[in-house]
Amino acid sequence: MNKNEQRPVFLNLFRIRFPATAVASFGHRLAGVLLFVLLPVLIYAVELSLRGPQGFEAVSQWLASWPIQLLLWLVAWAGLHHLFAGLRFLLIDVDVGVARQSARIGAWLVTVGGFVGAVLIIVGAML
Amino acid sequence: MTGLRAWILQRLTALYMAGYLPYILGVWAFQHPHDYEAWRAMMSQPVTATANLLFFAAVLVHCWVGVRDVILDYAPSAPLRLGLLALLGLWLVGMGLWAARVLIAVMA
Repeated sequence: MNKNEQRPVFLNLFRIRFPATAVASFGHRLAGVLLFVLLPVLIYAVELSLRGPQGFEAVSQWLASWPIQLLLWLVAWAGLHHLFAGLRFLLIDVDVGVARQSARIGAWLVTVGGFVGAVLIIVGAML
Repeated sequence: MTGLRAWILQRLTALYMAGYLPYILGVWAFQHPHDYEAWRAMMSQPVTATANLLFFAAVLVHCWVGVRDVILDYAPSAPLRLGLLALLGLWLVGMGLWAARVLIAVMA
């Protein structure tokens, strides 16, 4: 008990260390919640676009507007990060990338890959 | 749905979605539906329509397990957890019925 009272407690987020594995893992959760929240938007967009030519045009114009483009970038990031981090967890299930060094490398690949992939998708869409 | 069954379903649905994504992007890239008729034709092809329905089913099961984990981690009391889980269940069933109506209507 005495020993526990003496341990350092860092509630200052700037002093808590977030290793690459923690960033990839928390990003997976954050991205998953974001995708869950946006699910009705996806269903509504599909419904409207299939309702008729007018609905299709409305969704097309909607997708071309810049606030939606920004949201699409966020969705692309969330989808890719969630996909990559999920595949990493599946690999860990079969004992690939469990050791500390390879776990860190995998986590970096996930975090950087999700971000770069989202940038590439947006750049590709603009070209 | 708890424990091992949830764990397995989370992975099976993940694998299905990971396979669906390149499939639907490939169909999209191949058919380039620039107008309503083409888009409707793409979405009403039997294989794609079935894949779409299965995708939404997979999303909902995956959401149940994933968001349930989040609720169990952060909701501090049992009644709150129960309430949130009930809301989540109702929400997901609603989303499923809505998505099914949209995706089945396009086939008719």
